[in-house]
Amino acid sequence: MNFSPALEERFAKMLAAYPQGKQRSAVVPMLIYAQDEIGSITPELIDEVAKRCGVQPLQVDEVVGYYSMLHRRPLGKYHVQVCTNISCMLVGGEELYEHAKKKLGIGHKEATADGQFSLEEVECIGACSWAPAVEINYDFHHFVTPERLDQLIDELKKAQ
Amino acid sequence: MTALYNEPSPLETRILSRRFGMPNSASLDTYLATDGFKAFLKAREMKPEQIVDEVKASALRGRGGAGFPTGLKWSFVPRTSPKPKYIIVNADESEPGCCKDRLLMEYDPHQMIEGILIASLAVDAHAGYIYIRGEYRYLIEMMNRAIAEAYSKGYLGKNIAGTGWNFDLHTHSGAGAYECGEETALLDSLEGKRGVPRMKPPFPAVAGAWACPTLLNNVETYSAIPFIIREGAKAFADLGTPKNGGTRLVCISGHVNKPGVYELPLGYPMLKSIYEIAGGIPGGRKLKAVVPGGSSCPILKADECDIPMDYDNLARVGSMLGAGGMVVMDETTDMARVALRIMRFYAHESCGWCIPCREGTTWLRKILQRMVEGNGRREDVALLGELSKNMLGRTFCALGDAAAMPTISIVEKFADDFDKYIVPETVMANA
Repeated sequence: MNFSPALEERFAKMLAAYPQGKQRSAVVPMLIYAQDEIGSITPELIDEVAKRCGVQPLQVDEVVGYYSMLHRRPLGKYHVQVCTNISCMLVGGEELYEHAKKKLGIGHKEATADGQFSLEEVECIGACSWAPAVEINYDFHHFVTPERLDQLIDELKKAQ
Repeated sequence: MTALYNEPSPLETRILSRRFGMPNSASLDTYLATDGFKAFLKAREMKPEQIVDEVKASALRGRGGAGFPTGLKWSFVPRTSPKPKYIIVNADESEPGCCKDRLLMEYDPHQMIEGILIASLAVDAHAGYIYIRGEYRYLIEMMNRAIAEAYSKGYLGKNIAGTGWNFDLHTHSGAGAYECGEETALLDSLEGKRGVPRMKPPFPAVAGAWACPTLLNNVETYSAIPFIIREGAKAFADLGTPKNGGTRLVCISGHVNKPGVYELPLGYPMLKSIYEIAGGIPGGRKLKAVVPGGSSCPILKADECDIPMDYDNLARVGSMLGAGGMVVMDETTDMARVALRIMRFYAHESCGWCIPCREGTTWLRKILQRMVEGNGRREDVALLGELSKNMLGRTFCALGDAAAMPTISIVEKFADDFDKYIVPETVMANA
């Protein structure tokens, strides 16, 4: 498998960062960065990461199921993650998540038919003091009201 | 970025956060212009034992949640071992209620890097890894930029600042797992495996990353080190209370007018932090409960909150200072729903390694879910308490306890909140 030159450069640095013979350490970071580029964890990717890190494909496969950010099916181009954990819940996080479901017309870990958006009710993302919080792909949004979420989603729709 | 996520309070004691909000606060130039790397140069002139003694004397305790004395932890690393020694930073901040490590990395990455370097002198390590949760991708990129800048200007790599000391530092991305904040699970994850906890002993100090001696601390713990070395242990210790040195970043969230992360000395009065720092409760409503340090801490009733916030005073009231995540709940809060939300989290995050936690969290979640959906039974409240108590101390890591303790506290202190979910027996009989 080939990745973009930027990702290849990142992987080369990554593999060199761990002690000699401990390249298995690159498995999880390599998976998440590769997923961002190719869209999901495919069997082909698992074989590729295994080869590069010098482990068996099964040793890569078994970590995929453990980490909540790794997924075997493609998500939407924009993955909308709404936190409903305690600090967010107290200030409207659950209502915000319900609003997001209606707005996008999809449920937990589902994607819109056009593949543009997916939704996930997530556990604490570390924005408790600026709740309720939403992360779209890797961008944090704080103090998000339903109106603000509509605005964010509409802006992304327009950007397409 | 210089905009802050919340307005600072004039009542704060800004030691670790002193550069937050300065223009280009994350740049090495800003850091060097504001006492940066003075502590490293001073530490380079000290014997490793002296550095450890200084950290011990500062009464700094681990900011990741357990509150273990940092200097003592450092003294456990066998500095003269022929094996390589590693410095690991726990930046897997995932405890509900906690969002402070983000700020320390975003606004002052070089302060943490300097703390890591001083730790490397103390334990004779020459490589380090910052384990950052996958959701904090922007921080991984920010730390990578800070690390690259430090390399380019001679503050990482070979012959650091001309002192002859060598140290390499890398970031490592997680991929979504609360359990990886537990230090031994973090190490398994760092080694490319599922993050499950290890049997202790051996402790990571002796056999940690790749079975080598490893020093593992939280972002905030390393970030406190430059001040301690530069200004002296006493200056840090005196900020707090006996055995509870310094300041810490308190993340106030929930029902307050001015939620935010505020740096307060250890021993700061809890009620003052709610009513003066965080501006009190909206609508003048009454305080009902406080999660003092993150979701795994036993919850305090309003009448238990008139206390100074340090490790020992929180322990005295049967809770913990944890990782500084203070969640304030007003009189409108339904504690049964809080218990359910907390248990949904732990059931989702249990790694499955230990049966009492794997089964217990899911069972508790199901009972709470059934109750909140309106099908509670009279015996459920006692069952919640009993099941939780049976998880305590029966797991490799603290996640089982972390799920049990808040539940026990809610069941015992807020039993009334479950009443409305209990279907009267007559209704049940007719159903």
